[in-house]
Amino acid sequence: MHDLGGRQGFGPVRYTLSARAFHAPWEVRVNSLYALAVRLGIFNMDEYRHAIERMEPRHYLTASYYERSLTGFATLLVEKGVVTHEELEARAHGGFPLSAPSVAGRTNVASRQHFQPGDRVRVRADHVPGHVRMPGYIRGKVGVVVSESPAYPFPDAAAHGVKAQDEPTYDVRFSSEELWPGSADPASIYAAVFQSYLERVI
Amino acid sequence: MPDDNRVIQRTASVEDRVDAIQAVLDERGMKATEAVEELSHLAEDVWVPRNGARVVAKAWVDPAFRKRLLADGRAAVAELGLPMPKHHRHLVVLENTPTVQNVICCTQCSCTAFTIIGLPPDWYKDFEYRSRVVRESRTVLREMGLDLPPEVEIRVWDTTADTRYIVLPMQPPETIGWPEEKLVDIVTRDSMIGVARL
Repeated sequence: MHDLGGRQGFGPVRYTLSARAFHAPWEVRVNSLYALAVRLGIFNMDEYRHAIERMEPRHYLTASYYERSLTGFATLLVEKGVVTHEELEARAHGGFPLSAPSVAGRTNVASRQHFQPGDRVRVRADHVPGHVRMPGYIRGKVGVVVSESPAYPFPDAAAHGVKAQDEPTYDVRFSSEELWPGSADPASIYAAVFQSYLERVI
Repeated sequence: MPDDNRVIQRTASVEDRVDAIQAVLDERGMKATEAVEELSHLAEDVWVPRNGARVVAKAWVDPAFRKRLLADGRAAVAELGLPMPKHHRHLVVLENTPTVQNVICCTQCSCTAFTIIGLPPDWYKDFEYRSRVVRESRTVLREMGLDLPPEVEIRVWDTTADTRYIVLPMQPPETIGWPEEKLVDIVTRDSMIGVARL
């Protein structure tokens, strides 16, 4: 449910000037507590994002942002053995819905290549069962590399405890009209794409 | 019948769920309550848009700093005493011009250069912005109050990895010559996300 780029049906952005990040003290606490858990090494950021992504779709769509954060975070505490689901529900005096279990991750793509700014690249048509930071709207699409970033942990592996090498990402420019032909406001759309997600276009 | 034994329980309130987690972590010796105080202070008082406003104001008055900022954002903001989290290894500063408007989003979650411009506002994390700003950029910006002339090219940056972005807004012409400290006060968080001009 999290892969929302380009999905139709949502209405106007509920925009206000000086909009807040937090709306209640419990939200600040959730943010602090999950950050503590990352700092203590209980889980990493990739596992955290993936745990939120694994929420039951209807729960994901109806939960507020910090409830999603709370659910992903609690799921990882249970999966990492810090606490049981039963204990959480007993302490909370009620149901504590968690995310669905994960599946296996994957390591770096063996045939991954290096690219230079100006290279035309295609996003590989891979469908990854586990965590992936490729938004669906760029899958299979062609773009142009504009820059390279330093190597980062490969999310498809890091979210699952799979061994992998850190990979550079490439900022790739796409045309919105090629991403959604006939149905987009013209614009250049840039995404930071991991090396394993790309192949060269000859 | 299996269904006869099913117990449907009310979901605990979010506050009760957070209390449960905090109590568990405290009892496991993780000093959760102290961490809440420390990290809350960071989130509310230290990681604030004024950090980014200082970066923008300096870039406006100091062309050499502007050049360094555009070449290596992370190193340049460090000159102002603004560290970034270890995993934000690259800060790309996006320069707005009369013909280019950069806009930042995170369609998959909420990734933001939060130590520089503050934690993201609610609308940035909402499904409306996440789904529509990549596909209906000009329309969404207009709805949000930024009606761009047709000759302005829109560039939308989806924060899909650990690189973080901030927009360097154009300096309003009537403020040319203002002292740096006065310029800091006019730079808004939303202009550094790219959904507003100054």
